[in-house]
Amino acid sequence: MVYWQLFLSFFKIGLFSYGGGFAMIPLIQKEIESHNWLTAHEFVNIIAVSEATPGPVAINSATFVGFKTAGFWGAFVSTLGVCLPSLIIVLILARIVDKFIDHPVVKGMLYGIRPVVISLVLLAAVFVAQTVLFTEQGVLGVDWISVIIACLGFLGVMKYKLHPILLIFIAGVSGILFY
Amino acid sequence: MKILWELFITFFKIGAFTFGGGYAMLPLIQQEVCDNKHWIKEEEIVDVIALSQSVPGAIAVNASTFIDYKISGIKGALVATLGTVLPSFLIILSLAGLLLKFAGNEIVEKAFSGIRAMVMALILAAVFKMGKSSIKDYRTLTIAVISFVFLLLFDLHPIVAIIFGGLAGVIIYNKFILLKDKEGCN
Repeated sequence: MVYWQLFLSFFKIGLFSYGGGFAMIPLIQKEIESHNWLTAHEFVNIIAVSEATPGPVAINSATFVGFKTAGFWGAFVSTLGVCLPSLIIVLILARIVDKFIDHPVVKGMLYGIRPVVISLVLLAAVFVAQTVLFTEQGVLGVDWISVIIACLGFLGVMKYKLHPILLIFIAGVSGILFY
Repeated sequence: MKILWELFITFFKIGAFTFGGGYAMLPLIQQEVCDNKHWIKEEEIVDVIALSQSVPGAIAVNASTFIDYKISGIKGALVATLGTVLPSFLIILSLAGLLLKFAGNEIVEKAFSGIRAMVMALILAAVFKMGKSSIKDYRTLTIAVISFVFLLLFDLHPIVAIIFGGLAGVIIYNKFILLKDKEGCN
């Protein structure tokens, strides 16, 4: 039952992804891989589309994966699945929040989870790098155009604080021109 | 009924106009619910953001659920979550058809080759930006490094890494940091 599988997978993703956005990528990728729902290239394309359109990456990936796998209702159950855990957890916590946020166990948990989130985002970068940097035709098997685009992009974000949408647009045009 | 409709419209707007995901939404949410609508106070929004980042799930969904629960209970929370999610759902749904249709197109493929490289740069930049606030001492650095090694080399499941990170955090925080703080007070 593909709807049930989609729902369950994205429920799991929603339940265990701390830190939002990029930190969710390794988890989503793991689920997609185990069910063969998308290729690595397709998944990186989705990340790109998520960055260039409004809304959270998790919601966008859920909608796209669901749609591609099982049409509109696939998109519907996946998106529902990814939202439901937050909805339930937040509704429960909203009642007890004042006691909750300063508790030493909770503080300790977050103290340990935050660095793990960073390692997950780094893992996401490695995953994308694997699909991006290597090519059979390139010199030394490296796709040098991608390397240059990525380096300039990194500089653009960190140093000149350019907007991600602008950078994605420039990268798209460069891709058409140089590949 | 009127407040529910207003909640829906407000969060639909937030969902439709924030690019770049959760963190980008927070300032807009703050502006709408505090400054424009006066639904909740400035100091409350700080708690909301802290909580949204502390529980699993998309930050924007967490924040909107939490805020609207405060404003008008469970109904409000459901309505606002729907409002936040609906724009991305509709946009991706319409783009998905196009993307799949043009999947083999040469120009689209070339554009995406360039874009994929940029995505890598964006994610790497996020590592550095987020790292600044999450990795503050050698203990958190150690957790991050160990977790990364296990994820990459031993194919550890992300869920397992998060659970272990949480456990390690509780032990380290309560054994070292909290004790040290108490001693510092005495």
